[in-house]
Amino acid sequence: QDNIAVKANAVCKLTYLQMLGYDISWAAFNIIEVMSASKFTFKRIGYLAASQCFHEGTDVIMLTTNQIRKDLSSPNQYDTGVALTGLSCFVTPDLARDLANDIMTLMSHTKPYIRKKAVLIMYKVFLKYPESLRPAFPRLKEKLEDPDPGVQSAAVNVICELARRNPKNYLSLAPLFFKLMTSSTNNWVLIKIIKLFGALTPLEPRLGKKLIEPLTNLIHRFLISLSSGMPNHSASIQLCVQKLRILIEDSDQNLKYLGLLAMSKILKTHPKSVQSHKDLILQCLDDKDESIRLRALDLLYGMVSKKNLMEIVKKLMIHVDKAEGTTYRDELLTKIIDICSQSNYQYITNFEWYISILVELTRLEGTRHGHLIAAQMLDVAIRVKAIRKFAVSQMAMLLDNAHLIASNTQRNGICEVLYAAAWICGEFSEHLEEANQTLEAMLRPKVTTLPGHIQAVYVQNMVKLYASILQQKEQSGEKEAAQEITQLMIERLPQFVQSADLEVQERASCILQLIKYIQKLQIKEVPVAEEVIALFAGELNPVAPKAQKKVPVPEGLDLDAWINEPPSDSESEDEKPKTIFHDEEQRHSRHRQPEIDEEELARRREARKQEQANNPFYIKSSPSPQKRYQDTPGVEHIPVVQIDLSVPLKVPGMPMSDQYVKLEEERRHKQKLEKDKKKKKQKKEKRGKHHRHNSLHTESEEDIAPAHHVDIITEEMPENALPSDEDDKDPNDPYKALDIDLDKPLADSEKLPVQRHRNVETLKSPDSEAPLVEKKSKKPKKKEKKHKEKERDKGKKKEKEKKVIEEEEEKKVILQDLHYVRNCCYGPYLLLCSSVTYDIQGNLQNDSQVTVSVIFENKSTSFLKSMELNVLDSLNTKMLRPEGSSVHDGIPVPFQLPPGISNEAQFVFTLQSIVMAQKLKGTLSFIVKNDEGSTHEKLDFKLHFSCASYLITTPCYSDAFAKLLESGDLHMSSIKVDGISISFQHLLAKICFHHHFSVVERVDSCASMYSRSIQGHHVCLLVKKGENSVSIDGKCNDSTLLSNLLDEMKETLSKC
Amino acid sequence: MINAILVFNNHGKPRLVRFYQHLAEEVQQQIIRETFHLVLKRDDHICNFLECGSLFGGSDYKLIYRHYATLYFVFCVDSSESELGILDLIQVFVETLDKCFENVCELDLIFHMDKVHHILQEVVIGGMVLETNMNEIVAQVEAQSKLEKAEGGLSAAPSRAVSAVKNINLPEIPRNINIGDINIKVPNLSQFM
Repeated sequence: QDNIAVKANAVCKLTYLQMLGYDISWAAFNIIEVMSASKFTFKRIGYLAASQCFHEGTDVIMLTTNQIRKDLSSPNQYDTGVALTGLSCFVTPDLARDLANDIMTLMSHTKPYIRKKAVLIMYKVFLKYPESLRPAFPRLKEKLEDPDPGVQSAAVNVICELARRNPKNYLSLAPLFFKLMTSSTNNWVLIKIIKLFGALTPLEPRLGKKLIEPLTNLIHRFLISLSSGMPNHSASIQLCVQKLRILIEDSDQNLKYLGLLAMSKILKTHPKSVQSHKDLILQCLDDKDESIRLRALDLLYGMVSKKNLMEIVKKLMIHVDKAEGTTYRDELLTKIIDICSQSNYQYITNFEWYISILVELTRLEGTRHGHLIAAQMLDVAIRVKAIRKFAVSQMAMLLDNAHLIASNTQRNGICEVLYAAAWICGEFSEHLEEANQTLEAMLRPKVTTLPGHIQAVYVQNMVKLYASILQQKEQSGEKEAAQEITQLMIERLPQFVQSADLEVQERASCILQLIKYIQKLQIKEVPVAEEVIALFAGELNPVAPKAQKKVPVPEGLDLDAWINEPPSDSESEDEKPKTIFHDEEQRHSRHRQPEIDEEELARRREARKQEQANNPFYIKSSPSPQKRYQDTPGVEHIPVVQIDLSVPLKVPGMPMSDQYVKLEEERRHKQKLEKDKKKKKQKKEKRGKHHRHNSLHTESEEDIAPAHHVDIITEEMPENALPSDEDDKDPNDPYKALDIDLDKPLADSEKLPVQRHRNVETLKSPDSEAPLVEKKSKKPKKKEKKHKEKERDKGKKKEKEKKVIEEEEEKKVILQDLHYVRNCCYGPYLLLCSSVTYDIQGNLQNDSQVTVSVIFENKSTSFLKSMELNVLDSLNTKMLRPEGSSVHDGIPVPFQLPPGISNEAQFVFTLQSIVMAQKLKGTLSFIVKNDEGSTHEKLDFKLHFSCASYLITTPCYSDAFAKLLESGDLHMSSIKVDGISISFQHLLAKICFHHHFSVVERVDSCASMYSRSIQGHHVCLLVKKGENSVSIDGKCNDSTLLSNLLDEMKETLSKC
Repeated sequence: MINAILVFNNHGKPRLVRFYQHLAEEVQQQIIRETFHLVLKRDDHICNFLECGSLFGGSDYKLIYRHYATLYFVFCVDSSESELGILDLIQVFVETLDKCFENVCELDLIFHMDKVHHILQEVVIGGMVLETNMNEIVAQVEAQSKLEKAEGGLSAAPSRAVSAVKNINLPEIPRNINIGDINIKVPNLSQFM
């Protein structure tokens, strides 16, 4: 509608609807209309709506660029403020790139209100457009010392956010922050600074010492944030922990929570000092607040030791029983497992206890972590050899009671443990006492209700069981029994053959056939057990999760090469082959075991034996477990049957871990006594007789020796695996991009793009000679310097420029015209500067056009308007004018310039030939408006198109380069420049930068370089550096272009 | 960084929703609902911090909330913010609302949602804390409303809007609004008056 007030009102209502969950993106265009209203009231509503619903995917967002820029430079500070606020919410990479410079300018706005907003927005800009960080950083640093506290805190805020991700780049700011910390009174700033130091101290230990004094002054107020940044100093840690204890004992829940949180941070660095407060933490577990309980749990994780593990886990188990709400219970469960399994089961002294804990956990209903328990069971059973017998007996019991676990609910996650149980029973069937019973349990019809992947494991492991039973029976000569068991299998297997799950079906039918064949042999009374058991010979080794990745690629194997030529038509998009492949892969991984060939196994066994021989902690596979049982009183009561009777009301056969706790205690007690005795003995007869104990002493620093000598098999890694820890890093981390060294001086190429351009480079090569330091200075200053430099360097331009300066003196008007030529971008690069509007994009596709970006800066106190730029076209180079205008018409500049403002406009030129450098005369006419009235003014200038500006930096590989040189259709020319003193490296950089070349190859003081012109000329250079001179041999399709280029290069180099 | 600021009433009806990263509307509503359930379960005497798991897509996030009469003010922040600091900030925000609306109540938030947003924008922008000094915030807010008044304000707009609506055939915008839903809101409002 025409009425903007109506529209604004509607948009305002839409914002409300958006809050209620309705998508209002369809109104994006209307929102933009309201944003561009001239009245603040409406503008504000528009920006609010935009900030709520615009995002990177909103396509109309690029229409806002100019509107936002206009608002940013509005004389009304609230217009600017509203635009900044809006921008903070919907800034996109394009917007960030285009507006970075404007926001930079606002950082030194006269109003602190704008300054602080601009500073905060810069962080968002950095995130979206990391290239802006380096140019903007000096100014950001300046803002740390801003007179306004608000701006100061904003700057601290931004730097903290930056430093949190990449602290090492901000170490150099430490002294500045130190000063701020001691002088500031603003709590917010202090908190932020302390957080920042928290990130910095790990990198610079000296900082910690320095911090102690001021921190102790602040300690009462900032204890909480302090702990995160605590220096590495034991006295202060002690103090800190003491204070935290007081906090945790406080009745205020918030303080309690924060105390625990801080405690956990200290725990990471100083576990010892926290461990003494175990009582307190355990108390917190009883708290009614879930947040506090979770924090306490976290703390416990770090506090366990061999001594207290059982006690802590026992307490946790009680909580598991009491816990209401599945989330908390699940959390408890994972924590128990985490605590026990941390650092390779370091704290577990009795694995029987651990297995029984795991079995107990399976009684939990409705937990989502069945697979976690299953994984633990598998892991322990595989890696702790001594425990296998016990584990198998427990698992057999689980299988026997499978109905209790599985029947509760189908969706129950806990049935995952059956997967582990079945596998363990099958794999280690030699330890099974009642194999028949277990096999029958696995063949129950009820099993078919389990999820497919579990059934598959069932089927597979049935055969393993069957094989071992068969062997047993045959050895004892019970042929009848052997045939019986075969019959049982044949009877029951068909229920799996009918399974809907393909995997189960396939395995079952395969095995059914096998067993039928066995039955035939049995009838002929051929002994088969040996052969059947051979199916499953060998042992599985645990493989480290990263092992696969670390297998080095064998030499000569190119993984990227096609094995077969890819089909040319669209067949490759067909999904079918893919799924088949996937299936196969899965099957492979499951069937892996029987497929391992004997030789490989033998080799592995040999390797492992050797490893074991070298491992002092490894006890040769002597029947040690049984022996140990005899040593420790009470353990022989373990037999499963007994427990079966003792807890008939519980799930039958579920052992109580408490028993083990008691047993363990007894064992420890006994051990202690023994040791005391031994000590006495040792006094008498220096050398103890008990070799076993000797070995125990060496093994653990603590007094408790593990009940089993546990061989925790280390996970296998492939031979000659490359040790690399960096493979976990996420390359997509958005903050990674901000990891930029800020201390390096800014290079020429790094400056904020002005308006539309990503790659603005100066046209005149002498101009860009400005030393690095100058570039670092503020933007306006830089321009001034450039301006002067231009004057100095450009002989031909001098007169014109002088005229300008005269003007400045007379009328206090100076317009600076900086000519930027962007090297034209083609192809994919074009997409990168996507903010270039459509018409320009089209232009750039053309290979005979260059875009000239001109920055206009108004240095006078008057208002400039109606600017018009005109260029006297040459035959070769013409300015692209709108259709219908004559060659003599100028192009109006699409903006007006208030005093002190700069802006950029672009003009497109068409070229016929690019082999020659070009100079164009031009005029800028404008109207100066001030209090006295308006006058018409003119300013003449010259545009210089050097040959280098037609070149595009194009990378080239050395082989392609060599081919190009061999092709022989290139013209050659060479120059020599004397009196070069700069380093070769520097020299190459200069050529690359000013003349848009890229280095192909560099050998000592010799380098080959390559570039391509916009019209596709290849330019190859061979640069050699002698004692004091440089010679450049060039080859190019066009001899004129080459000689012109070399001339330009000579000019550049002679200035070195 | 502050990731989101949510204000909802005792029944989970959103009163102010401000996400500092873009999320689809359904996801936003889902988060509001889940947050509401998380917060509702907790009584008033336990701590004001809450780990929200993967609700916001990262384990680093934490909910810090306060309960005032009928409204919950919930801030979702990451580890770079100080917990007590944010609690303080909520207090500042609420006190500022109180000052700007003179005895703020839930209805104020409903009828002046835009104004609440404008106040919030003076406290937090883009997920970062802009100003913690209440007087400064109030001064800026008042200066802006003065500017608005000078322009005639949006308050003048409804009357103009009514006349404008009368003069045109059914405008384009309302066509897409589900009017039934708006009607449902009305009885809800009256409950809390």
